[in-house]
Order: sequence, then structure tokens, then C-alpha cells
Amino acid sequence: MTAVADLRTGRFSLPADRVREIYTLMVRARKLEERMIKMSKSGEGYFWIGGPGEEAFNVCLGLQVKKGQGPDYDYLHLHYRNSATMLAMGMEPIDAMRQMAMRRTDPHSMGRNFVGHFARREWNVLPVSSVIEIQYTMAPGTALVQKRHGGDGISIVVGGDAGTAEGDFASCMIWSSRPGQRLPVLMIVMNNHWGISTAAETQHGEEHIIDRGKPFGIPGEVVDGCDPVASWHAIARAMEYCRRERGPFMLEALVSRLHGHSSSSGAVRVENEPDCVTILEQRMLEAGVCDRTYIAHVHETEEAGIEQALEQVLREPQPDPTDVPRFTYAPSPVDAVYPQDYDDLPGRRRSS
Amino acid sequence: MATLVQAVRMALHYGETHLGVTDIFGEDVGPPLGGVFTATQGLKTAWNSPLDERGIVGTAMGIAYAGGRPVAEIQFCDYGFNTIDLLKVAGNQRWASAGNYEMPLVLMTPSGSGIRGSLYHSHSFESWASRLAGWKIFMPSRPLDAYGLMLSAIVDPNPVLALLPKALLRVRGDELLPGEPEDPEQLKAMIDAPVGDRSAWQPQWPPLEEYFIPLGKARICREGADATVVSYGRTLPLCERAADELWEERGLRFEVIDLRTIFPYDWETIRTSLLKTGRILFVNEDTEVTNFGEHLLRRVVEEHFYDVLAAPRVLQGKHVPGIGLNQIYEQNTVPQLPQIRQAMLELAMEEP
Repeated sequence: MTAVADLRTGRFSLPADRVREIYTLMVRARKLEERMIKMSKSGEGYFWIGGPGEEAFNVCLGLQVKKGQGPDYDYLHLHYRNSATMLAMGMEPIDAMRQMAMRRTDPHSMGRNFVGHFARREWNVLPVSSVIEIQYTMAPGTALVQKRHGGDGISIVVGGDAGTAEGDFASCMIWSSRPGQRLPVLMIVMNNHWGISTAAETQHGEEHIIDRGKPFGIPGEVVDGCDPVASWHAIARAMEYCRRERGPFMLEALVSRLHGHSSSSGAVRVENEPDCVTILEQRMLEAGVCDRTYIAHVHETEEAGIEQALEQVLREPQPDPTDVPRFTYAPSPVDAVYPQDYDDLPGRRRSS
Repeated sequence: MATLVQAVRMALHYGETHLGVTDIFGEDVGPPLGGVFTATQGLKTAWNSPLDERGIVGTAMGIAYAGGRPVAEIQFCDYGFNTIDLLKVAGNQRWASAGNYEMPLVLMTPSGSGIRGSLYHSHSFESWASRLAGWKIFMPSRPLDAYGLMLSAIVDPNPVLALLPKALLRVRGDELLPGEPEDPEQLKAMIDAPVGDRSAWQPQWPPLEEYFIPLGKARICREGADATVVSYGRTLPLCERAADELWEERGLRFEVIDLRTIFPYDWETIRTSLLKTGRILFVNEDTEVTNFGEHLLRRVVEEHFYDVLAAPRVLQGKHVPGIGLNQIYEQNTVPQLPQIRQAMLELAMEEP
């Protein structure tokens, strides 16, 4: 169909074709996560954790990343709710499902890590860890190299609101704002108001998390993370600041958590939080960005794609027992015991 | 002859001028101090960091991710305990990401007792560190080894932990480093910063040369057939001295092995010596419950039970909460010369 209208939030807008691109990716991410939740219940996978409810913001982030390898491009210190960001960057859903199904073909961890624990060197996506907030200690390191290197690459670090209680969040602010050494770190806090079962308002006295940046001279913005128009422009402003000023910026996105913390709490769909996908559908219809046929078509196409991918994943091989120690060490010219990789204890007969 | 800390400094200078070291940093590492033990005086890439050990480790990881080659310092290993989850992650990034990323960083930290350091400047760290799979760990006992192992640590593409024995940092070696001037006073005048105002001081580096000691290669310091003693760090010279005394006084020939690398340890050298002597003692000063020496002892028992002529044993620090300041505490908590000598004598004299 042809673009007939922009989608507007206040004085900001997005053209219809961009909105449809964002919407398609959001639906893809939602279908992917919903299918992986089912996998966690059917035995095709074990633990599930992900980002239903964060798709609007995460897609807008992924589409604006300067994608590539090395300090000329953005580094991504993500957390485990960023599947929509990865899809927007071009990841095929099957690569998330390979991790969920623990296949040897899983490009992020070879079936070793939980789902959503991405790692992709050619896109500067650093290995996601389950350990809350540690990525905030690493972002100043990549940003330091980028600032020294020149260019406009930035380091984007993403975490949740509960994790900001960790000292690592303060470390990131301090290391990114040293006098004369300010670093291009975009600190993103996905504020879903929850830390597993603990409500933020029972633990945090600050009104906004970004207020904590003020003493360090770190500017910030709070954005409705369920609104792709607002999110797109807030991300664009934040990125522009970091790229141009070579300094830190903090972005707090207010988002939903539509399936609880993880499969540990059942991953049951909650009904009392805004759903960015259905909200966007309503807005698109009202603005004339698309019609109901288009929406149905996107749902149908994306769901079919996910099912097809799952069928393929389940045919792919499991890791082999000999894979256990693989990739412990990189080859080293100065290691007398492990010149190639770890295989077993020093001097022990190698397992075959 | 250089001291051990001068050897480290010269290795770092060689590293930043020839081996691609980009950042040498930590608390008080840059000018004016150049490290509380002077390990980083006069280095062109040395800089001071915030007082934040987690930030130091995380930033080093970030620099390594982005293509730099960092050498970070934790001022005393006693203050590294709050980084242990980051150390774990640094060691597992390559494995967890199925080879997506390497982690070429060096972390150096003074370890062990011997400087009248009381509860929090006397800790040992090697037993904790030995549980960090993915890392390589070395602990030199003489300057030449410190130089050669540090150069290897720098070129190794994996995380390497350099545990520097506090008690030996200012001890001179008896062999010249490649390129070092023969007169220690001349060396001191060239590379030690003056006391007082040093704002205009510049080091004059000797024409140092490349010298790699492979990781995982022990050194046989004394050859002997009566019994084997394996140590590293502060207790190694004490074992050598005890061996010399027991030769002179008792006619006993001990094989003294400087393990040098904690992991990967040189099992072949240990095993070969054990098969020669049938008697083995491991000496270190870490606390005695779940001590690294216990692991080596386990392998002796499991793999060479029928090869030993006397009970294999470990001499180690006491399982007490700390090392007290009064020297009565320290001398009766961690092995000193008399205890080492006694343990070696008992090992050699034990009748089956």
C-alpha cells in the first residue's frame, strides 16, 4: 500500500513507511518471544527471558545503531531483553531460536547460554551476561577506545531500572564523566518498574533515574518507550549528542513487562500494562498509515516465518560432548600447555 | 641487577613500545606516583583511574573488546575481592560467546604477605584465582621471570592475571634482564623517579630486548633426587635456601621447582620430578582449606599413589580470618623458613 500519512506524537512524526517497517519488526519480535515462551513450556527449550513490551523502543534503537565491527561503529552492551533491537539490526529470528533450543548452530553461544544472551562480533554486540548491570562497567572501556580513535562511534549500554541500584551504574557515570575525559556512552535504562517481583516504588526514592546523572553533568531524557514516534526521536537526539559531543547521555524509557520477569514466574501474559503493539496498531489505523488487512497480513506472515524457522531449528544438531571445553582459550604463541585451546587439565590424558 | 618491580616496569615499557600495550591504568598508576610499589613509573600510557576496582576491571574488558591491549592494576589483591564476578565474566567471554570475542587483557596485583601488611595487605589470591577458568595466572619469584612472563602475558590473547609477590618486589635478582645495564645504581638513576618533585623527570630506558618465558613452564631451581619441593612467589626463595642448608648440613639433595605459572601449571615437570624422587611437598602461603596446592596434591594421590615413597603433603597458610600485624601473628600464620625447612626434612626422612 502507499504511504498516506505520517504518525505524530506532539510535534514529532515518522513517515508511514518507516512506521510500517517499525511495526513489522515489532510484530516479528513479539511473535518470536511468544513462540519461545511456548518452547520453554513444551520442552523444546528450558528457561525463557525476553522483552515483550519493549519492542517499540528496542526496534527504534536497533534501526538507528551505526552497525559494524570496530571502533568506527557503535558498541552494544545489551541486556537480555533486546531481541527486538537485534531483529531491527538484521538478525534472523532463527538465530534467537537456535539459542533457545540450545543448538550447536546457535551463533551467540553454541547452545551454552540462555536465550537473549546475544554475541555478534561483526556488529559489535558484546556478549550479554545474566549478571545484572556489569555491562555498565565495560561501556566506558569501549567508549574510551572510540574517543581516542576518532569518528562518531558510540558505546550504547542497556539495562533495567532495578539494576541501577548496583554500584556498576555509578561506575559508568563516574568513568564516563571524568574531567577532560568525557566519553561517548549512551546509558539506556529500560524502566519497566519491576525487579523480578519487587516494585520499583518500594525500593527507589528518586523520581527519575536520569536525575542521578545531573551531578555528573550527564544530560538525560525520559521517554515513553511504548511510543515508537517518541522513542525514535529521543534515541536520535541522544545518539546525536553522544556522537557530536563525545560525551555521555542518559535515556530512560518507560516500558511494559508483558510476560513477567521470565519463565521462572510462568511468563504469563499480564493484562494491566500497555501493549506497544496493539497501541501502535490502533494509531496506525486512526492515522491512515495502514488498514486492518495489512495488520492481519503482517501477523500472518511473521507468525508463519517463526514457525518455519522453528521447524528448521529442531532439525539442527545438538552440541557434541567434545564441545565442552571448546573456545576456552584463544590460540597463543606463548602458552606451553595450551597453544591452541583448553582441552583438559595440564598433562592429563585428553578426552577423546 | 633489577628488582622485581623494576623488571615489571621495564616489561611494561617494552610492552607499550613494542607489543601494542595501549593503556596501563589503575589507582595511582599514572603520574605523579607511578604505582604504590613504583611498578608503573615513567610509562607513557600509564594513567590514574577512579578508586573503583570494578570500574578498573570492566573498563579493561571494554578496552580489550574494542581492540586495545590494557594492563590494569588492582592496587592490592586484598581489594580485588569485589571484582570476582567480573573476573569470572572476563574469563568466560570467549567460551560463552563460542569464540565471538577474545579478551586480551592483563591484570596485575600485588599478592601475599611479607610487608607487615596486617589484615588487608597480606592476602593471597592464587587459590581464588585458580578457580577462574579461562584465565591464565602467573606468580614470579625473581625479576627475570617477572620480565619474561609479563611479556608473554601481554602477547597472550587471553586474560592473564599477574600476581606479584609483595615481599619480593624490591628484591634484586642475580641475572640481568636482556638489555639491562650491569650496574644497579645506573639502572636506578635511569628508571626510578626521584623522591619529591618529579614533574620534569623523564625516564631513560635501557635498550631492552624481547624475552618470552612461556606460560605453563616451570623452572627447576635446584636439581636433586632425594625429594621434590614445589613452590612459587614469596616462599620459593625460602625453599631454595632450605634446600641449600639441608644439603650442607644433612647431605640431602632436594629438587626445587618454581612453578611460576599457577594456571596452566607445568604438570610434566612436577610429575617427572616426583617419579625421580618419590617424595613431594607443595609450599605456598594461601590459606589451607581449598588451597591450590591441594589440587596438585589430589593429582599426585590419584595419579601416582603407587609411585610415592612418603606421604605427599602441602605446607600452607593457616585457616584463620587474617594475618595479624604483630609479627608473632604473621610468622605463625604463613610458612617461614624454619617451618619450610622442617617440612622438607620430614618429607626426606620419612620411612615407608
